[in-house]
Amino acid sequence: MSEWWTYALSDFLLFSPRTYYRLFALHNAALWPAHLLALALGLAGVWMLVRPASWHGRALAAGLAAHWLWVAWTFLLVRYATINWGAGYIAAGFVAEAVLLLVLGALGNRIPPATGPGWTGQGGTDMGWPRALGIGLVLFALLLQPLAGPLAGRALAEAELFGMAPDPTVTATLGVLVAAKRIRWEMLAIPLLWCAISGATLWAMEAPDAVLMPAVGVLSLSAALARSFGGRRGTAAG
Amino acid sequence: MDRFMSLDRRALLAGLAATGVAAGAAALAPRALARTEPGTVLARAIPSSGELVPAVGLGTWITFNVGEDAEARDACVEVVQAFFEGGGRMIDSSPMYGSSQAVIGHALGRLGAAAPFSADKVWISSGSRGPAQIEESRRLWGVSRFDLLQVHNLLSWEEHLETLFAMKAEGRLRYVGITTSEGRRHAEFERIMRAQPLDFVQVTYNPVDREVEERILPLARERGMGVIVNRPFQQGALLRRIGRRPLPPWAAEIGCQSWAQLSLKFILGHETVTCAIPATTSVAHVRENLAAARGALPDAVMRRRIADLFGTL
Repeated sequence: MSEWWTYALSDFLLFSPRTYYRLFALHNAALWPAHLLALALGLAGVWMLVRPASWHGRALAAGLAAHWLWVAWTFLLVRYATINWGAGYIAAGFVAEAVLLLVLGALGNRIPPATGPGWTGQGGTDMGWPRALGIGLVLFALLLQPLAGPLAGRALAEAELFGMAPDPTVTATLGVLVAAKRIRWEMLAIPLLWCAISGATLWAMEAPDAVLMPAVGVLSLSAALARSFGGRRGTAAG
Repeated sequence: MDRFMSLDRRALLAGLAATGVAAGAAALAPRALARTEPGTVLARAIPSSGELVPAVGLGTWITFNVGEDAEARDACVEVVQAFFEGGGRMIDSSPMYGSSQAVIGHALGRLGAAAPFSADKVWISSGSRGPAQIEESRRLWGVSRFDLLQVHNLLSWEEHLETLFAMKAEGRLRYVGITTSEGRRHAEFERIMRAQPLDFVQVTYNPVDREVEERILPLARERGMGVIVNRPFQQGALLRRIGRRPLPPWAAEIGCQSWAQLSLKFILGHETVTCAIPATTSVAHVRENLAAARGALPDAVMRRRIADLFGTL
């Protein structure tokens, strides 16, 4: 692209905010009540993080992989691609993350949840604030993030819910990855990239909640860096 | 040759049926005419043919990219219907605009006999894939051929112009053009204008973005090229900045009832401009935009006044 410095973020926006948010309204109407199943699975995931067992890491990874594939297909390809010719590439990224979650997480058991204070099983140790942040991010994705749109003035029907829409699905995934015994950067890259893409899209649309996903990304990145470079003392074997 | 003409829809259709006659009429039009009869839509002659086109068209960037949303598609049909009913004709789109081409095709299909002046673009880095993209665009519009095809933002312009001129020579296309927006690559744009027998150029022009007045518009006049104006309201930013400020009383002297009309009248007041293509999702705004192509146009003094006013906002 020539003279790229002359372009503003809004020059890359192909659609109006109204069109974008109506995608979620149509998506929600088409899939209801699958949202309830996703919420139940998400809450089961929180329980797995809080009370870790040897198989929880595999189950969390498999569940998240299914959600990433579901969002890639039902939202990115079926909905978003109708107004954004770049959505196919984004969907490919979501599929790639699903493959990583399946291969490394579900089959390779690379993201077993860390254990917390007072927990005596598995021989793990407290991971401190990064673990708490991870669990908090998952709860936020399930229960609070869907309210962000309505609080920003959008219709309740346009709410973005975990397992159905990209943003809360990515937030929950970051929470699980940050709360794992070890930080797996190869699985963090795509979710972090999405935080930037989503933030840029909403920023271009001048949405009041445009900072939300970048904030989630920065928090997750901070926790991952703290775990990787500052938290050796607290990390458990495995 | 002066390119100001006014006409009603019947006269427009007659002119289109015999472009040679229209060309002659345009040539005979009084040079300083800058006023249309009440109720008629200002039309301007395409320099290379003399064919008349209404001076306000319909852009589709963002506004028509509504995907498969049935309710939003219906709203676009209403916009296109109001556009035709109001005397508009030129609709402009691009493969870059997401689902806009398909939504135009949906609207044209629903409206049946509507006959737009179809202006689209080729936008692909590979020159060899240009014809396939053009054919896909034509299929989405549902037209037998395009009236005008433009090289979007000069992307791979050498290869695409070769294709477009060949299509024109074979009778599969009526007019060829190039586009840019927001002042980008004007030096290269000028070089192409000097070297190629273009029918149209498309540029950004409004009371605030006036760079094209220096060289592009005079060159278009000199080279006998039609000028299509995009982003007449800076994608709405211009009007959002103004907000609810009242119009100056003198805007009524040229029949303006809104800031959008004031901007459009400023643009159409430049005699080299063939057609401005504001985009909207609102039937009311379509009517408001078309109304700017009726009645008096600003003279040079008034245009300076409008530009000064917008410059202070």
